[in-house]
Amino acid sequence: MRNAFAQELVECAARDERVILLAGDIGNRLFDAFQARFPGRFFNCGVAEANMMSMAAGLALGGLRPVVYTIAPFVTYRCYEQIKIDVCYNAAPVVIVGVGAGLGYAGLGPTHHSLEDIAALRVLPDMSVVCPADAHETRAALRDALSAPRPIYLRIGKKGEPLVHATEPPFRIGEALPLRTGVDVALLSTGTILPDVLAAADQLYKHDVDVGVVHFHTVKPLDAAALRRLATTCKLLVTVEEHSLIGGFGSAVAEWMADEGVGRRLVRMGTPDAFFHEAGETEHARHRLGLSSEAIAARVLQALAPREA
Amino acid sequence: MSVDVDALERRAREIRRRVIEVSHNNGVPHLASNLSCIDIIVAAYWGCLRVEADPSNVPRDRFILSKGHAASALYTAFAQLGFLDDKELNTIAKDGSRLAEHPSRKTPGVEAATGSLGHGLGIGIGLALAARLRGQQERVVVLMSDGEQNEGSVWEGAMFAPRHQLSALTAVVDFNGWQATGRSRDVLALEPLADKWRAFGWTVTDVDGHDMGALVDVLNRPAADAPTMIIAHTIKGKGVSFMEDDNNWHYRIPTADEVVAAHRELVGR
Repeated sequence: MRNAFAQELVECAARDERVILLAGDIGNRLFDAFQARFPGRFFNCGVAEANMMSMAAGLALGGLRPVVYTIAPFVTYRCYEQIKIDVCYNAAPVVIVGVGAGLGYAGLGPTHHSLEDIAALRVLPDMSVVCPADAHETRAALRDALSAPRPIYLRIGKKGEPLVHATEPPFRIGEALPLRTGVDVALLSTGTILPDVLAAADQLYKHDVDVGVVHFHTVKPLDAAALRRLATTCKLLVTVEEHSLIGGFGSAVAEWMADEGVGRRLVRMGTPDAFFHEAGETEHARHRLGLSSEAIAARVLQALAPREA
Repeated sequence: MSVDVDALERRAREIRRRVIEVSHNNGVPHLASNLSCIDIIVAAYWGCLRVEADPSNVPRDRFILSKGHAASALYTAFAQLGFLDDKELNTIAKDGSRLAEHPSRKTPGVEAATGSLGHGLGIGIGLALAARLRGQQERVVVLMSDGEQNEGSVWEGAMFAPRHQLSALTAVVDFNGWQATGRSRDVLALEPLADKWRAFGWTVTDVDGHDMGALVDVLNRPAADAPTMIIAHTIKGKGVSFMEDDNNWHYRIPTADEVVAAHRELVGR
């Protein structure tokens, strides 16, 4: 996804000379093409995220379209007040890109996990939160993010994520993407967990569960119209995200249901309220934290089973 | 730039008078922090910068009040610049006013909202970079407090700006020697402040922060290939004998009698 981001950014910058790239001493060789084509529009800001985010706000207030890039926890928590005040309060149109979000850097440990970033960013006024699933969505999301002057957080994976889409899907920030139709259960996913959610759906078909899959790449603004349709037609809604169960996508859906008075059954799947202390790859971490496709399918079957009186 | 220093000094006294009056009427704190930087604000706005209330006007120079708690001084300057009606100053900090105790961008003339320390320098660096990338000659002046030098983000910016020879950027420290609860040199190891900025690659000038002629002069002589740092040595509570260098006035609100006494000292009536 990061390669797709870097390639798309070159195209965006070619069309719009206001596009500026700020990186926090990361992306070795990733931005060679950008630097070669647009010398003077790339700034390695060093390992200094607070200043990088304030500068991005200044660049935006000065009429440019800065894109800020580093590892997800560092581009969010490390400079959170700069995002709140300098970007959001000032209404500065900054595109914040967190790479390796969720458990993308599972092996680097909890310093490099971002399982709280959706919660932290979506609570900020005027901030949009977008979690693409694959390289195609990443490209589309970046283009759409730069098309309107608003603060936005793009929460992307690392590299080598499987392609969900054969070609670029119709993608608009704020509009959920239906991928499978089904009436009993709706699996709602956000971010790079989508292939596992689709695999879970395949497993559920074998159990004769009529399951749909809708990708909510945009957590904020939440696609209320899509939610309303799903809540009307499906018996069970299941949210899946590589993020804490506190404050993330599932929470946003639960808040919407509470506010709307929608009484549909909701199961939320995410990471527990605990640090993950094991080494290993992303797949290992997902498996251990109950976010494998098998775990997702099992959770759905459990929820559908008749409850004991 | 030809500047009538006497006129600027009169203007600074009038701004001090008005800030004290509003502090009393509306219960606005941080009075002494406002009084220490008013000469710097006047020198910048009337002696150096091309400013506009309308943010769509470019090119224009930018002033960032990184020590946002001096908002009253900024608003009062804006009223004199014609960005605000003077009568609106009577609403500062009142329920429903757009003039809060720290400035927001909803107020005409405010280039960036501030209030939490350590943000203005980075924003100013971004604005100066933006001007360079747009190919426009714009200057950016960022006013910080000495207590603000405690913030790590300040030193992140301190390393960035010289790396990119940001000569359009001038930072000023209102070095009044106090922060909220003590002498700034006692709270953290602040000194030698000028040497620190020099070591980071800035062109540093020490100046008497209440010498209007000197302030105007130094603001108009930025370095050619480096960011400029002006260490403005000031007196907290400047202009009113019984407030000067007394940190109680960081939070105290003057009484009616004190307002009368202050006005007498400032404008002789």
